[in-house]
Amino acid sequence: MVRLKNAFMKCYLALILLFLYAPIFVLVVLSFNDSRSRVTWGGFTLRWYGELFSNRQILEALRTTLLLGLGSAAAATVIGTLGAVGIQAMRRRGYQIVMSLTNIPILNADIVTGIALMLWFVRLMPLGFGSVLAAHITFNIPYVILSVMPKLKSLNLSIYEAARDLGAGSVYAFFHIVLPQIGSGILAGFFMALTMSMDDFVITYFTKGAGVNTLSTMIYGEIRKGIKPEMYALSTLLFAVIFVILLVFNALSGRGKNTDDVIERSR
Amino acid sequence: METNEKDILELRNITKSFDGKKVLDDLSLSIGRNEFITLLGPSGCGKSTTLRIIGGFVRPDAGSVFFEGKDITNLASEKRNVNTVFQKYSLFPHMNVEENIAFGLKLKKKSKAYIQDKIKYALKLVNLEGYEKRNTTALSGGQQQRIAIARAIVNEPEILLLDEPLGALDLKLRHDMQQELIRIKKEVGITFIYVTHDQEEALTMSDKIVVMNKGIIQQMGTSKSIYDEPQNAFVADFIGESNIIGGIMLQDRVVEILGVKIPCVDEGFAEREAVDVVIRPEDLEIKPEGEGFFTGQVTSVLFKGAYYEIKVYAEGYEWVSQSVSAPEVGARVGLYVAPDNIQIMHKPKSEDAEMIKE
Ligand SMILES: Nc1ncnc2c1ncn2[C@@H]1O[C@H](COP(=O)(O)OP(=O)(O)OP(=O)(O)O)[C@@H](O)[C@H]1O
Ligand SMILES: [Mg+2]
Repeated sequence: MVRLKNAFMKCYLALILLFLYAPIFVLVVLSFNDSRSRVTWGGFTLRWYGELFSNRQILEALRTTLLLGLGSAAAATVIGTLGAVGIQAMRRRGYQIVMSLTNIPILNADIVTGIALMLWFVRLMPLGFGSVLAAHITFNIPYVILSVMPKLKSLNLSIYEAARDLGAGSVYAFFHIVLPQIGSGILAGFFMALTMSMDDFVITYFTKGAGVNTLSTMIYGEIRKGIKPEMYALSTLLFAVIFVILLVFNALSGRGKNTDDVIERSR
Repeated sequence: METNEKDILELRNITKSFDGKKVLDDLSLSIGRNEFITLLGPSGCGKSTTLRIIGGFVRPDAGSVFFEGKDITNLASEKRNVNTVFQKYSLFPHMNVEENIAFGLKLKKKSKAYIQDKIKYALKLVNLEGYEKRNTTALSGGQQQRIAIARAIVNEPEILLLDEPLGALDLKLRHDMQQELIRIKKEVGITFIYVTHDQEEALTMSDKIVVMNKGIIQQMGTSKSIYDEPQNAFVADFIGESNIIGGIMLQDRVVEILGVKIPCVDEGFAEREAVDVVIRPEDLEIKPEGEGFFTGQVTSVLFKGAYYEIKVYAEGYEWVSQSVSAPEVGARVGLYVAPDNIQIMHKPKSEDAEMIKE
């Protein structure tokens, strides 16, 4: 009976994974397919990857995506971490209000955020790399706050006070005592922000203006003209990168304690 | 007001509220150089807040803090010549024992050799020689607190603040650490301000005890004076078990309790002043029926090792007595107390009288 149940559970899980990953698997296979057809297998090739990397337009989009991801994640990490420290110090009521406000951009439909940010940026600056970067920083901040907050909550305030007591100023105490304790949360927040930025299409699409393209907006534009196999290769690479980042992220947030040690030792 | 030359620290008319609730109410307190002073009181009475005001972590709403005659009310905590030992978990988890102890000294830019000497000295002081490279998270609770003490002491503070440093330890370890602390205090010869809600701990360790309740100082004095002459029912009740009964002072040296006139030795109360009468269990004597002031029935007898604890129900009140011999449960007995073992007290300062009597 139990074995039957176990077998059933395993089948169920396999089915879910199949539905989730089969399309991606097909994409990956097609990216190595030496044939322009989507249904016939023409043998293994790295041709599409080669073409991908000799395509200036694609390389430009890749550069934009990486710059945007790293830049917005870094900025959001700094702003979000400081924000989390501030929110943590708030009184109960203010704390609840701000934390609810923080959740709204995450739950809000991307398209609403995208259009809202576009309407806002149009007034402030010409749409372009600057406006996309600002938009990405904006929607990344809540993710950083949400991943730093639990670390701050479990942080014992008396170690900060002990540092002050022993003669450290507030800045010194923050960097030498608090930061090592919440470091894994901050790193996790950074990677989460990086993923979100690379993953985003809708908000980028509305705020980028003409001429700027990230990989996702470029793929979208190309596909409308007809799907070229290079796009399979590009999507496969995008998937692989995000997959790796997610693995790192999970490792970080799963074993917070160990990462603290790693960070400490690597200094 | 003049600051006394001998006093190292003075709190003057400190008031502090949190969210509209008064936690300290016009508190004034002088602390002598080299004293071991303990703030004692029930949970939430404002002990930690007082200590945090001295340490510079909390600013009072009104009143001032003087250190050697200088006003330090608004001085940042890192600039005060005071160090704190917190209740628990205050060691820096990502640093080993040595790095923890060196933290304050490195900030003061002391030389490497000086720091090494200090670490050696401090570890010896707290009986943990050879622990330099240990990971702090691998230490026991008692060891962690010793390191916390060492970490504070190496900075040579004039005052060491200790906020229930033994609160997280089990009873046996607590007793050992109490003795340890007394020894350390003697060796370093600085002022200790200690916070606890454990009256036994306070009585064992302190030169002076400050009994607090609801942000008000109820009594201040040596362990002996607080135990022997509590000034009000709150103090009497908090310091050890007592019989506390409402009474009326008929005239000097005569008090009426539960309708019985009883001789005592107290004078100077107003005529017919309502008072609290405290009789320590060891002073309440069990007599044969018919003798003494009250007659009642023994409801329980408990052997406590060195004595029996006897409960007697008489005149609507359950009396507690301690004696080396025990009557039968259910026996009718008389209760007697010698005049100089009766302690007459004014009613407490805040409206806690009702609370004390349950
Ligand atoms: N930062 C704060 N914000 C709000 N209320 C506070 C704060 N610090 C203390 N209080 C309140 O002030 C009161 C006194 O607190 P305090 O910590 O001084 O008590 P305590 O005597 O040390 O008690 P305990 O024995 O439980 O440690 C409590 O009711 C507490 O809830
Ligand atoms: Mg406290």
